[in-house]
Amino acid sequence: MNVDLSHLRKDFPIFERRIGDHPNHFLDSAASSQKPIQVLEAMDRFARTNYANVHRGAYRLSVEATEAYEAARRRAASFIDASSPDEVVLCRGATTALNMVAHGWGGEHLRPGDRILLTLMEHHANVVPWQMVARRTGARLDHVPLTDEYHLDLEALERMLDDDVKVVAVTGMSNVLGTIPPIDRVVEAAHSVGAVTVVDGAQLVPHLGVNVRTLGADFVAFSAHKMLGPTGIGVLWGKMERLEEMEPFEGGGEMISDVQLHHATWAAIPHRFEAGTPPIIEAVGLTAALDYLDEVGMDNVAAHDRELTAYALSRLAEIPDVTVYGPPTVEGRGGVISFTLGDVHPHDLATILDERGVSVRAGHHCAKPLMRNLGVPATARASFYLYNTLEDVDALVDGLERAAALFGT
Amino acid sequence: MSLEELYREVILDHYRNPRNRAPVPNPDAKAEGVNPLCGDEVTVELSFDDGRVGAVAVRGQGCSISQSSGSMMSEAIKGRTLAEVRDLIARFKALMDIEGSLELDPDRPGAVLGDLEALQGVKRYPVRIKCAALPWTTLEQALDS
Repeated sequence: MNVDLSHLRKDFPIFERRIGDHPNHFLDSAASSQKPIQVLEAMDRFARTNYANVHRGAYRLSVEATEAYEAARRRAASFIDASSPDEVVLCRGATTALNMVAHGWGGEHLRPGDRILLTLMEHHANVVPWQMVARRTGARLDHVPLTDEYHLDLEALERMLDDDVKVVAVTGMSNVLGTIPPIDRVVEAAHSVGAVTVVDGAQLVPHLGVNVRTLGADFVAFSAHKMLGPTGIGVLWGKMERLEEMEPFEGGGEMISDVQLHHATWAAIPHRFEAGTPPIIEAVGLTAALDYLDEVGMDNVAAHDRELTAYALSRLAEIPDVTVYGPPTVEGRGGVISFTLGDVHPHDLATILDERGVSVRAGHHCAKPLMRNLGVPATARASFYLYNTLEDVDALVDGLERAAALFGT
Repeated sequence: MSLEELYREVILDHYRNPRNRAPVPNPDAKAEGVNPLCGDEVTVELSFDDGRVGAVAVRGQGCSISQSSGSMMSEAIKGRTLAEVRDLIARFKALMDIEGSLELDPDRPGAVLGDLEALQGVKRYPVRIKCAALPWTTLEQALDS
């Protein structure tokens, strides 16, 4: 199914600016997405007319701001089909969400000898918090490998599972390889040994959406800024019974029921996990972003990603010396393509592409264990979102041909 | 300025065929530098012989700018006195517009950059200045240690 979303491009003011003499071929949405005018205006309007701190008693502006903030929680719950808005913890982003689970759930329940299973393709945000918790609790970390075609090795996962495995934390879509592991099967396998499943949805949710009830995982984390929303806000969704087992990771205002001189009791879920003044204007932006995505339709977003990815994979295959790190076809992969070109270093590629208005990420993509496993210090990465076009892919390919000529590969 | 001026022939040559990679046994000075943002790595090893740089090794992995800068640096500092090496570092930083320009007698041996001047195209690409500077800041660390 090909879907034409080119009419959406006009909603994004950033595409009015040119990069040097070239159109803005932005291919780094896996790092952060651009924002449509609807999101920018919603935040601006709210800040001008309704802004105050939330949960601050009786005055009108605070009541309005509280209502807008809680509306974002309800909107996020409906976007992921959560059973209740109370299962949605608003936080700074996916990194904070994963830290909350690792420290708040893992730190409470893991014991020496317990095992945490990660995969080899996790972002540092789903690696380092677990390393910290493992060190603190005496739990052990193991990593599920990938197949030769960069898919998650499910057979290896099943072999590695035993009763000691208490947590399986896995990305919903790799930010380096684009790999989309079959989360339903991971969850089923993990639950067969009673392990809690944590999904890093930072890439998955913006591109494929998620239905947390059919997914079956225990926790899902994602960030607004990768899905047309602002920085500084994200979601931790957890099953209510798991959230009840979780300790607050941060203490402060907003998260308490009562505070004595020497102890405090917690507010109800989800507020006990939201210490301090939350990102209020950003919450309004999140609502607008989710409205925008639902208006377009997540099926259309996913189909568009797929079309661009298939086109990019076929065009990149035309260039000798291009190596793509990730599944070879669009089956089980999303719109993130990591690659190298001969011995041209990815930083040099990024500079050369930038001269053509093409923005790509170059480096280790916050996934150093994976990069070591791939045997490369760095890759270049192009990633797509709903505003990208086939012309963006063509500009990428033209730029790579230029780089190949310049470096004489 | 065009990309051709950034990626001069001499830069690509040093990138493809880096000089002075062999480790220095028992170096008098050694430091490892890394740019955590992009992952570029450089190791500098030096031994002094009669007050001058005798053996030098610059190894690492990274982009053409950081690696060619390191390779050219290794050639430029060989046989130089410590003071001349310091001059060269200052001269290179001035070329990159780091810490302003420095008044140096242009006839002093440490003031002659030679091939290294090919790197001045980097100045137009501010994020890449750190790449070019990495071997030099690593060299400074080695000398200070």
